[in-house]
Amino acid sequence: MTIAVKTFSRLGEAASALSSERGARFFGGGTILMRMVNEADPNVATIIRATDPAFTRISASSGRIELGAGVTMAAILADRELSFLHPVARAVGGPAIREAATVGGNLFAQNPYGDFATALLALDAIVTLAGGFGQREQPLEEFLASRERSGAILVTGVAFKRPAADAFRFTKVTRVRPKGISVLSIAAYLPMASGRISGARIAYGAMDRTPVRGKAAERALEGHALDASGVGPAVAVAADGTSPVDDAIASAWWRREILPVHLRRLLLGAGHV
Amino acid sequence: MRTPIQFTLNGEDVAVFAESGSNLLDVLRETVGDLTVKGGCWQGTCGVCTVLIDGAPRVACVTLAEACAGRSVETVAGLRRGPDLHPLQTAFMERFAAQCGYCTPGMLMAAKALLDRNPAPSREEVVDAIGGNICRCTGYEPIIEAILDASRSNSRRSA
Repeated sequence: MTIAVKTFSRLGEAASALSSERGARFFGGGTILMRMVNEADPNVATIIRATDPAFTRISASSGRIELGAGVTMAAILADRELSFLHPVARAVGGPAIREAATVGGNLFAQNPYGDFATALLALDAIVTLAGGFGQREQPLEEFLASRERSGAILVTGVAFKRPAADAFRFTKVTRVRPKGISVLSIAAYLPMASGRISGARIAYGAMDRTPVRGKAAERALEGHALDASGVGPAVAVAADGTSPVDDAIASAWWRREILPVHLRRLLLGAGHV
Repeated sequence: MRTPIQFTLNGEDVAVFAESGSNLLDVLRETVGDLTVKGGCWQGTCGVCTVLIDGAPRVACVTLAEACAGRSVETVAGLRRGPDLHPLQTAFMERFAAQCGYCTPGMLMAAKALLDRNPAPSREEVVDAIGGNICRCTGYEPIIEAILDASRSNSRRSA
């Protein structure tokens, strides 16, 4: 089947084309879409591209960080203002994939991929969407819960508050190093008030069909210190509310078994990527 | 539907008509005729088709060819200069870093991307640089040693 490629200079025009053409798919970095093309997926009839500079813009000098959806993992690794996200970006593929893989594309990555989306979920990111309705913002958690039903929408960017120094942690558990698919990943935003956790956000990758919050663990952490006894209740309920699946990387049972171990290590500062 | 694409391949201008929506790997091999680029998974997973685009490593199989218009593409065909092998090629030979040889073009280009940016990498940086390239023969050690050898040979030449 012949595939048409249409390139637009403005994101709004690309969003209109995406929502009005049957079989249109948006091209971020290609790591997901070109696989579909290579497999002759009949759902891809038109590739929509955008060259709008806003799509690849990083604004990270203030307390609010904005990332265009076309920002690549390599661009994040090259930006010193985003050093807290470097362990996350480095966990996505090898160097060649990181040159192509985008922030926006990661929000659509199928389980067990999507480690960057897991980090953004812990950071309480807001997603900017464009489509036939114009433009609107949506919390990432809502977006992930409804992305399979959301139809032809274009993610144009994400935004979130810069976390306080050392308040953000990330770990990815793989069977292969340095590059491997997630057995699971954990991102945690751990703000402290008077030496105790206040308003933690914990997100898991590969523990459900999309990245999900670890709400039971968040509640159990509230008001506790980040020490062995303080994290105990959160570790005990780490897997509550999760629905991991069996796949070639790990069984659902194994994921549930090891999640508390790695959450404990992360909370006590012994996490690793 | 064919679409015109112009880019630079190993320093020379190339203009082709390629099937719209094609990946760069197929265009390089089937339209341009550069068979030094190998295809493996067509999923961006194995790294065998690694090329450089504007100096950065990319897996050609999941790179949209139309997105390469006006850009500089390098493949392993451009590594040697006349009769002289690139230091990486020499090091790969001397370290027996190729067995079946299928991963070698991708390994060489991933290594070139690293050394162009970082002429004296640590072992850890070498391991990360080839982290997206799969080799089922060597166990990786000869490849890592060859890249480190090439970096030392680069430093000797520039000293």
